[in-house]
Amino acid sequence: MSLSPNPELRGLPRIQASSAGRPPVSPDAIAAVPRIELRSSKVSKYLDVAFRYSLLICSLSILAVMGLFFYELTTRSKLSIARFGLKFFVGDTWDPVSGDFGALPFIYGTLVSSLLALVLAVPLAVGVAVFVTELCPRTLRGMISFTVELLAAIPSVIYGLWGIFVLVPILHHTVQPWLARYMGWTGLFEGPPYGIGMLAAGIILAIMIVPIIASITREVLVAVPRSQREAVLALGATRWEMVRMAVLRNARAGIMGGIILGLGRAMGETMAVTMLIGNRPEIAKSLFAPGYTMASVIANEFSEATDDLYLSALVEIGLALLIVTVIVNACARLLIWSITRGQSARSNA
Amino acid sequence: MPSLSRPLSVGRRITNVGFIGLAGLAAVMVLVPLIAIFSYLIYKGVGALNWAFLTHTPRPIGEPGGGMANAIVGSSVVLGIGSIMGVPLGIGAGLYMSEFGGGRYTNAVRFTADVLNGIPSIVVGIAVYALVVLPQQHFSALSGGVALGIMMIPTIARTTEEMLRMVPNTIREAALGLGIPQWRATLQVTLRTASKGVITGVMLAFARVAGETAPLLFTAFGNQFWNLNPNQPTAALPLQIFAYAISPFDEWHRQAWAGALILIILIVVAVTAVRLVTSRGNVQNNA
Repeated sequence: MSLSPNPELRGLPRIQASSAGRPPVSPDAIAAVPRIELRSSKVSKYLDVAFRYSLLICSLSILAVMGLFFYELTTRSKLSIARFGLKFFVGDTWDPVSGDFGALPFIYGTLVSSLLALVLAVPLAVGVAVFVTELCPRTLRGMISFTVELLAAIPSVIYGLWGIFVLVPILHHTVQPWLARYMGWTGLFEGPPYGIGMLAAGIILAIMIVPIIASITREVLVAVPRSQREAVLALGATRWEMVRMAVLRNARAGIMGGIILGLGRAMGETMAVTMLIGNRPEIAKSLFAPGYTMASVIANEFSEATDDLYLSALVEIGLALLIVTVIVNACARLLIWSITRGQSARSNA
Repeated sequence: MPSLSRPLSVGRRITNVGFIGLAGLAAVMVLVPLIAIFSYLIYKGVGALNWAFLTHTPRPIGEPGGGMANAIVGSSVVLGIGSIMGVPLGIGAGLYMSEFGGGRYTNAVRFTADVLNGIPSIVVGIAVYALVVLPQQHFSALSGGVALGIMMIPTIARTTEEMLRMVPNTIREAALGLGIPQWRATLQVTLRTASKGVITGVMLAFARVAGETAPLLFTAFGNQFWNLNPNQPTAALPLQIFAYAISPFDEWHRQAWAGALILIILIVVAVTAVRLVTSRGNVQNNA
């Protein structure tokens, strides 16, 4: 192919960005330039393939981690699974000395503390999310969501520290006597008010999961199309009616997802709960009583577990926690994805 | 001319104002614990913070003074090992999902990453204990780093993927159109365009694992002395705060507050920096 100027194109403006002002290039000089291969060289082809596969390996590492977790925890808890079977989850004695292990008190503690946290946190979190996305002036928006982000960034151990030295004394001296006097008839607020116990754990968990539920809810609310809001407002709805009919109703599934995600976080939360719940493997109706959760028994006893059966019982609790949180998180993700279509399901606040 | 609109009924008006008020109240109530925690932390922490705290190792029980220097250094060693492992793997996985993925496999990886993000950190601790500590037969900074690294991977992968998705396709096409091999186009053009967002993700993941205690309990384990050897048990700031907080000694409580203050300053600086960068930059502001 000849590169000499086509006579037919002579009158047209020439596309030569950088050669303005230079003398015209002679055809001989152009012919002397070596031809550029438009095929990629062998080396860079191999590099491309290698690059692709190394990225594939990176992404495989995520699946591998998940697989390894299940494999390790299952093999390490074999002893306890073989010895106790399903009775492990209904037995309520935890006696390392005689080698009798039942996880019911821990399951109970985990469930009660997480549900208590949800009861306290859900109205607050949904309220904040609605306030930020629908109601509040633009200038406040950034500030409030930054605050929520900061709450999510505080480490668990600091929540625990604050709980021990600030929350527990307040509960002990003020809140619990009050609750016992006025709400004692429910049976939930009986017994000596230690401060430390199920109630303290539930409250600290609530503070910790508010940011998670709030940020997911906010995302889901933002994903509700504007036209829905406008349609309801055009029908003469008030601000609140618009939120209820157009926003919350459309976002139901996603909000549910956020709540379940919060539940998952609450069930697995370790340090703050361990520092506040009292660590006694008992099943008591009163929220004042100390309890124990699955995560905190592992944190407290794992490094002291001397014999194999003890260790394997603790690992089995970890396996149960893993399975439950995987299920809970999977449900939550599916619900959230159904609303945001997987585009912006940010995992942390 | 008669007005087309009827005045709102009193009931609807009250409900409206009432619920808006409740939502506002919720926002205020979320602010309360944050302010309470921060003010108390600063009040207690600043009082206990001094030069010795930052430069000395713990003294034996009963002796005043001493500090958490070894824990601060230990934390950075463990976090360093974690980042060396978690950052490349996370960014690589994110790159694969956004640049080469799209099928069922990518969906599976994305889903697993999200689920992995929600797994309790204590479970990560046990798994790494079984994976690294048992074969090695002793606790080590290395195993603590592995635990934190594993926790960083899914977070970084997901944010990287999201940030890369925001890079317009024309940029990729322009790079490839110049005849650049794909690996260079991806690394030097696509990833670079999204670098701000990717760095944000890395910082957030870092801030999140910096305060983690549970996965270090039976991996890094803690240590009262200096240790720079990654094969030995090592102290870490969150571990030390935990041990001191549940101890019966006032002096140790004071030091726990000082440690907590240092930790929170580190984390807040990281989060605020991220916030400043993202609210100005190319990433969407989801406020």
